Amino acid sequence: MTAALVLRGLRKTYGEVAAVDGVDLEVREGEFITLLGPSGSGKTTTLRMIAGFTQHTAGTIEIAGRDMSQVPPHRRDVGMVFQNYALFPHMTAAENIAFPLEMRQTARSDIRRRVAETLALVKLEGLGNRYPRELSGGQQQRIAFGRAVVFQPRLLLMDEPLGALDKKLREALQLEVMHISRQLGATVIYVTHDQEEALVMSDRIAIFNRGRIEQLGRGDDLYDRPVSLFVADFIGESNILRGRFERDPGGSWLVRSDARWRVGAAQAERAALESGARAALIVRPERFRILGPEEARASRTAANANAVDATVRDALYLGSTRKYELAMADGQTATVRRQVGDGEVERQVGDVVALTWVVDDAVLVADPGA
Amino acid sequence: MADSWRQPRRLLLLGLGGLTVFFLMVPTLVVVPMSFTASNALTFPPEGLSLRWYEKMLTDRQWSTGFVNSAQVAIVTAVASTILGTLAALGTVRGRFPGRNATQALILSPLIVPVIIIAIGMFSVFVRWKVAGSLPGLVLAHTALAVPFVVVNVAASLRTVDRNLELAAQSLGASPVRTFRRITLPLILPGVLAGGLFAFITSWDEVVVSIFLTSARFRTLPVEMWEQVRQVVDPTVAAVATTLLVVTTTVLLLAFVVRRQAPAR
Repeated sequence: MTAALVLRGLRKTYGEVAAVDGVDLEVREGEFITLLGPSGSGKTTTLRMIAGFTQHTAGTIEIAGRDMSQVPPHRRDVGMVFQNYALFPHMTAAENIAFPLEMRQTARSDIRRRVAETLALVKLEGLGNRYPRELSGGQQQRIAFGRAVVFQPRLLLMDEPLGALDKKLREALQLEVMHISRQLGATVIYVTHDQEEALVMSDRIAIFNRGRIEQLGRGDDLYDRPVSLFVADFIGESNILRGRFERDPGGSWLVRSDARWRVGAAQAERAALESGARAALIVRPERFRILGPEEARASRTAANANAVDATVRDALYLGSTRKYELAMADGQTATVRRQVGDGEVERQVGDVVALTWVVDDAVLVADPGA
Repeated sequence: MADSWRQPRRLLLLGLGGLTVFFLMVPTLVVVPMSFTASNALTFPPEGLSLRWYEKMLTDRQWSTGFVNSAQVAIVTAVASTILGTLAALGTVRGRFPGRNATQALILSPLIVPVIIIAIGMFSVFVRWKVAGSLPGLVLAHTALAVPFVVVNVAASLRTVDRNLELAAQSLGASPVRTFRRITLPLILPGVLAGGLFAFITSWDEVVVSIFLTSARFRTLPVEMWEQVRQVVDPTVAAVATTLLVVTTTVLLLAFVVRRQAPAR
């Protein structure tokens, strides 16, 4: 089966500046892919090039196996949803939804039926005769979504579609957009800078940084196996322990002035660093365990665990979890989350403890420096 | 408290404003009563009351052909400059090409260049092209003068239309031409119509270029007035002026009403 979308070496430069600097991406039929990254990372420019609004400088865009270089936007068969909805203000909701069908010379009776179906799909039956200005933001975005799917486009492009809505509505619509997209079997390219939104909705996420895809994978891949400090920092909370990578007959190590921590063999292999390179270990807040000095002494001898001394600075009760802020021996702050219950000992501010983690739970990445 | 010092200021402002309006309007409005005079002389205040000069205006061949000529030129000019001006506004507002600002300045230049210079230039060229003294020649000249008004109006409307609406239409399958017809044009229509009405008035009132480009066989109303006033001072001129004034004012009011119709959003 041909891929729904293939990008190869896609580039866009404005003068000397590369907004998109070599993007490769292959999207399967029916897949929900999110382009996630900070503003200015090239995700929106990439989306606009796929839609045909922006001419790419180099590389290729293929939709359903067809090269799109010479195809204008209106022949790409791509539905687009904008952050500001972009509903036609002089047309009713139903007329907005009918627009793409009219452009395709669909029979009048078909148009009426499919508009009604689409209004039902986005749960706005009975509001077809309203003008956009008579609808709330959430309703407007439902109409915009309906308008973009009613003609069953090959690709559905969404540019931060929920960015203008409040949190509660956004979360409800995230699920709805996801469910309807799956139900229709639509191939979706979704742009957002909200990592939670990306994790909730996507089959795969492409993390954008400086005009490139830094990592592409499922949410748990990105969270558990980030390939770089940028990805680790961008997805979820992380504790970053910097040092130098060393390899000796005894194993692999992250070496600091005050400590030496074991690096998992699989981690070391994946990161493929030279001995002596600047590196960092990434430990997620829930991967740390907090041990009293006594327990720590016992576990320190274990070959599969690392430990660092720390002092509790803040202990926050958050309902289902407890969040601790600790000062490590070198002054750096560590964040730890523990599930409440399960025989977990509650720590007090000022407690001197040991933070420990299983060697394989810490991800090794190169440290490009500041 | 606030009112005690605001009151005299308000009165002063009202007084000054009223005075300005008075000085602007009175010289124009004086012709209205003069047109209803019963006497043979163009005098103020008018002596007696009569519609005889309106009757003469309507029955005199010279005046009525002038009226028809003016209307023809103004209507064709309005249509031509509305089309050209709208396209020019689209190009300069939405287009991205080298020399865009220069193009814009060039299109708007008739607003700045002294009319007499335009008139002399056009006259010398049009005589060579053999279009001086004819309807096409005058339409050509008036269109050049009127296009800037359309461009200014349409460009202002166009800047309020979200570019994403046009992009959305294209992604939904509308070609650029259909996008313009179904999305852009309905949204800028008030600006287009206002521009067209301004273009109409520009041509309807125009004297300087028209004096150069009309002939004894083809004369517009303002040129006819100019000729008549120089020869015989007959109150018909006042009647014609009043008619002209009424048409111009009506069209202008229409233009303002139309321009108020902001695109629904």
